[in-house]
Amino acid sequence: MDGVHDLGGMDNFGPVRPAADEPLFHAPWEGRVLALTLAAGALRRWNLDQMRFQREQLPPALYLSSSYYEIWTRSLETALVAAGLVTPDELATGRPEGSPGEAAAVPWSALGPVLRRGGPTDREPAAPARFGPGDAVRTRDVHPRGHTRLPRYARGVAGVVERVHGPHVYPDRHAATFGPPFDQRPEWLYTVCFAATDLWDDAEPGGRVSIDAWEPYLEPGS
Amino acid sequence: MNGDHDDEHDHGEFSELSEMDARVRALETLLVAKGLVDPAALDGIVEYYETEVGPHLGALVVAKAWSDPAFAAWLRDDASAAVASVGLAGRQGEHLVALENTPDEHHLVVCTLCSCYPWPVLGLPPVWYKSPAYRAKAVRDPRGVLADFGVELPAGTCIRVWDSTAEVRYLVVPMRPAGTDDLREDELAALVTRDSMIGTGLARPSAGG
Repeated sequence: MDGVHDLGGMDNFGPVRPAADEPLFHAPWEGRVLALTLAAGALRRWNLDQMRFQREQLPPALYLSSSYYEIWTRSLETALVAAGLVTPDELATGRPEGSPGEAAAVPWSALGPVLRRGGPTDREPAAPARFGPGDAVRTRDVHPRGHTRLPRYARGVAGVVERVHGPHVYPDRHAATFGPPFDQRPEWLYTVCFAATDLWDDAEPGGRVSIDAWEPYLEPGS
Repeated sequence: MNGDHDDEHDHGEFSELSEMDARVRALETLLVAKGLVDPAALDGIVEYYETEVGPHLGALVVAKAWSDPAFAAWLRDDASAAVASVGLAGRQGEHLVALENTPDEHHLVVCTLCSCYPWPVLGLPPVWYKSPAYRAKAVRDPRGVLADFGVELPAGTCIRVWDSTAEVRYLVVPMRPAGTDDLREDELAALVTRDSMIGTGLARPSAGG
């Protein structure tokens, strides 16, 4: 989706303003919504790519004017409703209606180890890699309506494959519809490096920028 | 619970925080009442990120790489395995790559599409890392971003920006400061800042150097 979340290279956002001694959470609710997002995500009624797509689909002005944890809050609410776990009325009143939800909470004894172990996205190869280190490639100049991890600034640009990461779950397919079953068929993932001057005419010579790109994002270069 | 005391100084921010506080509180109450989340898990998750993970872990990895050439080589070849060997793994760090800064090349990490960040070695990202300003500018004007952080590199140092568009996470290994040959690993780790492991900063000079 060509959305406002795809910020790379945009102008007029001003300087970066680092804060000294920034607290981990600026208010307790930030920690709570982080925890709610991870705990509800553990129900596996949606996957991480689907949740990212929920965040990207917030109204553009709201996305840009919300803090990151506000974005998380709004998209968690949307996802809970889309998954049928809560109703809009329940969200509005904060009170459960009818019987308890059909999904059962994942207890801390099960969730803690998952947090520490993580959820790798690499998978067994289904086909050999099409590209290898040093290969010239060009990113496709495409504008998918759904979720994609190919940033706008890096479309239709010549680059070089620098690393091959193996087959990874392909986000564009993983997020194509909301909810299970999750389509985890992988695609080969590469680090593709561009000369900064191929991305922007006024970039500093010698500068380089890379993205991690799945094979369907790429075609052979020349 | 940092930050509670400052909220009341800015009325606008206080109102917004109160609104979000009430909204998230209501959501938590609802999800607990419906049996969808375990209250102990919520407390456990917050405590995990408040007390266990943070940039002090990445600093240990960098200090070990500075002190132990075999570990540095392992980190270069397979950072996920090298970091797991010192007990670090977890969500948002499953596929880790270490990037060594040199006098010729300086690495800078960003996520232009959201806020991907190596949680197991750096903890949760700071607000500026998630800000539109950083996500917009890092790929277009990295030297200008460094200037925003008060960092000036020699003109001959090329800047390499890594946009974390997949589940691979990047950890920058900053250059070891001069005059630190005699320091122990724990003393070296104290010189490794969070920003130096993102690429928006450099390691601190040693007190004696």
